[in-house]
Amino acid sequence: MMVDDLVPSPPAGGRAASAPLLGRDTEPTLFELSQPGRHAWQLRTTGVPELPVEDLVPEAHRRTSPVALAEVSERDLVGHFTRLSHRQFSVDLGAYPLGSCTMKYNPKICDAVAVLPGLADVHPAAPSNCIQGWLELLVELEEALCEITGMAAATLQPAAGAAGELTGLLLMRAWFAARGESRHKVIIPDSAHGTNPASVTLGGFEVVTVPSDRRGCVDVEALHAELDEDVAGIMLTNPNTLGLFEEDIRSIADAVHGVGGLLYYDGANLNAILGVVRPGDMGFDIVHLNLHKTFATPHGGGGPGAGPVAVSERLAPFLPGPRATRLGDTSSPRFGWTTPERSIGRVHSWHGNALVLARALTYVLVHGNDGLRDVARLAVLNANWLRKRLSSTFDAPYDRPCMHECVVSASSLKRSTGVKALDVAKRLLEEGFHSPTVYFPLIVDEALMIEPTETESLQTLEALASALERIVAEAATPEGARAATEAPHLTPVRRVDEARAARHLVPTFDARSS
Amino acid sequence: MSGYTPHTDADVASMLDFLGLASLDELFSVVPEALRLAGGLDLPPGRPEPDVFAHMEDLAAANRPCGRDLVCFAGAGAYDHEVPPVTRALASRSEFVTSYTPYQPEVAQGVLQAVFEFQTLVARLSGLAVSNASLYDGAASLVEAVNLAVGSTGRQDVWVSHGVNPTWREVLATFAAGTGHQVHDIPLVGGTTDWAATAFDDYDEPGALVVAYPNYLGCLEDLREARARCDRSGALLIVAFDPVCAGVLRSPGDWGADVVVGEGQALGMPLGFGGPYLGLFACSMDHVRRLPGRLVGETVDAEGRRAYVTTLRAREQDIRREKATSNVCTNQTLMAVTAAIQLGWLGTAGMAEVALRSARGARYCRDGLLTVPGVEPLTTAPVLREFALRLPVDAAMAVERLADEGFLAGVALDPSYAGGRTDGLLVAVTERRTRAEIDAFVSTFEKAVR
Repeated sequence: MMVDDLVPSPPAGGRAASAPLLGRDTEPTLFELSQPGRHAWQLRTTGVPELPVEDLVPEAHRRTSPVALAEVSERDLVGHFTRLSHRQFSVDLGAYPLGSCTMKYNPKICDAVAVLPGLADVHPAAPSNCIQGWLELLVELEEALCEITGMAAATLQPAAGAAGELTGLLLMRAWFAARGESRHKVIIPDSAHGTNPASVTLGGFEVVTVPSDRRGCVDVEALHAELDEDVAGIMLTNPNTLGLFEEDIRSIADAVHGVGGLLYYDGANLNAILGVVRPGDMGFDIVHLNLHKTFATPHGGGGPGAGPVAVSERLAPFLPGPRATRLGDTSSPRFGWTTPERSIGRVHSWHGNALVLARALTYVLVHGNDGLRDVARLAVLNANWLRKRLSSTFDAPYDRPCMHECVVSASSLKRSTGVKALDVAKRLLEEGFHSPTVYFPLIVDEALMIEPTETESLQTLEALASALERIVAEAATPEGARAATEAPHLTPVRRVDEARAARHLVPTFDARSS
Repeated sequence: MSGYTPHTDADVASMLDFLGLASLDELFSVVPEALRLAGGLDLPPGRPEPDVFAHMEDLAAANRPCGRDLVCFAGAGAYDHEVPPVTRALASRSEFVTSYTPYQPEVAQGVLQAVFEFQTLVARLSGLAVSNASLYDGAASLVEAVNLAVGSTGRQDVWVSHGVNPTWREVLATFAAGTGHQVHDIPLVGGTTDWAATAFDDYDEPGALVVAYPNYLGCLEDLREARARCDRSGALLIVAFDPVCAGVLRSPGDWGADVVVGEGQALGMPLGFGGPYLGLFACSMDHVRRLPGRLVGETVDAEGRRAYVTTLRAREQDIRREKATSNVCTNQTLMAVTAAIQLGWLGTAGMAEVALRSARGARYCRDGLLTVPGVEPLTTAPVLREFALRLPVDAAMAVERLADEGFLAGVALDPSYAGGRTDGLLVAVTERRTRAEIDAFVSTFEKAVR
């Protein structure tokens, strides 16, 4: 074999197939690595009188033996978590075209900002003259997010998108309560994220689902049939989860407003429209943003996120408080906390995921108006390039230009070869890419939802497309189909038995039946 | 184009050509012309990283972080405990930081196993059988626990001790507007729940009783009494615990809690102006099918090797949709991984030592502050790491004065904790406070409240 054969073809900055994963052993748990008497902790010498625990904790409240955690050295601790990290795919390792999740590269400057002691070591209850920098940061971010969304004011408290949704629904509730109205229904398209209907229920409303039409957009006639004075509002993602722009959004907005309802914008897909079109200009009244998607604050394996909610002028008095507020450039101090007059109340223990907010502001500032628009343009360019390139490889349920993501179907592939969307996803892992989202949206059979984001290069897209084409071509032979249905082979573990996990629940090390 | 997008002009040209488009603008032809932003966003153009970093440093410089120049005696749910370099280093590994929710377990064993270890550690600390993979913060955990209790008992009335953190109670009230739960307050006497003042267990079918341990004022509640009242009424007992104090206290599970919630910030997270923190949530196995958020379980792969995966997924919003009992999707996984690392670093002995040393510091500090003329205890019940005092002056004013002298003296208490007055101060002491710092604090305090 020639040396060059070891370089993947085509070479691509976003392909991870060269990542060395050493050995096939299982990593022991912290508890199995534990040796009695070993330790890593070191604490400050304080000189405080060393009273015995008996003098400090009344007997009735005192535990009789220490909590058994694990006993490891610092070296073993570092080895363990470093090896775990080697068993984990990440954006930094390779392309992560997970639809609906906007797994873009996260600039490292944001990490550097988030550990500045002047931000990271500030107590959230410190008096306002000790936190002027933080208050200014929050105001600056709120103003930028309002400009980006076309809204008047925002709360930065919600800790994630779903928390933002529920906050938005409680704002709707408060709005109608203030008008002496009690409305019960919230309309959601059948393509919506699962958090939408769950949030509607928790907001005390009833879900009314409207179907999508053949073009993949809200069926406007069906929507009109549901609209009446009992409709509090509609929750829409635009572009929707099929990656398609709801072209009729203005007439939808007029119709919903016509019955006195409000429009809620789920910002999960905001990346597609940054600097191009704003939810406020489309007619939305309430917008949540997923800062951990659009503004590149990393996902952390499933959080922390941040889900600020921006609203139009008429809803601003209901926002959660306290809010960071500019008191005036000549006043001292310049910034303070205020609570809107008809606030629905707090939605977070403190002020939201503050360090995530600092990352997001950094991201906004390094990009600016031109950079943010480029983000959207290139995200949409990448998605359309992949959509077109893959149009002869998979079924295209909605064969028209997409926005930031495209949804294809493995329906024909499954029929002809038995290879399902899930198998394609698993097989792609050993090609050096994370899988697309599969089986969502629910309205597409054997869905593969692909969101390349703007940070992947043309070369990476070519490598990804080639890998998918190869997987589909190989599926035509029985051996190739078997390779796909048995994939992955090269990952730290092979296909995981999810049914067994649910049937024989082992949620902790102590629940193991040994 | 920014340095974060790799497209060369040639790339863009060839991609547009492939799509049969003449310009990037044509990608948005589906967006009605009238809606499109004509002049672009009214934001400044992008700036180079060093310029932006300097701006963020300016903002940071306008704060007064806790440290040598502002010695921290504040708590109220956010504590200045030791976070060693090893926790910071491991928790900032980009494999943990830049991964998504583990939807493909074959390439997510790192996060999944770390969360499995976190769940085990939280279960052991709380004394209950199962912990979830995290929620947003302590308040979010409380909201979810109440939802679980109402769902489990079918009773919408919940009783919450005034000793539960006031901002958590505020968040609970906010979300109760949607769920329709009736939240009732139980007052305090001498710093702990006034059982005599409540009709809780005579009340018609309470769904849950929520008590904090230690509570907001630092006091140790009588959980035996709480459990007995739940046994009589059929309510679930929800205990808001402190994971650090758990190092020396009997676990809530041992006291008979059905659900345990807590704020996990003290397990390796910086003060961070209030977030991202870590909502802890544990329950008995009876309630596992109502557990909110994600749960990692152990299983095997196709070759029979040990593997981890998110499980009991049928509870979750993406499957149950409007019938789901929680809408949680993104949670605080990186914080859970951080806590697992921090607890691994502390280990069995370190966990007990942090709690013990914090209690020693608090005792020493409280004894010192009580020698200051006019300063009195606000509570009579036993305390551990945190305590409440009545000052001879307005507490918020004292905090501002002491900040000028280099001490974050604590958190001024809401008048509802101080007999309607504004002179209540909540002080917390961690294992990081030295005798010299405490002595200096006490002598400065004396001048500040004069």
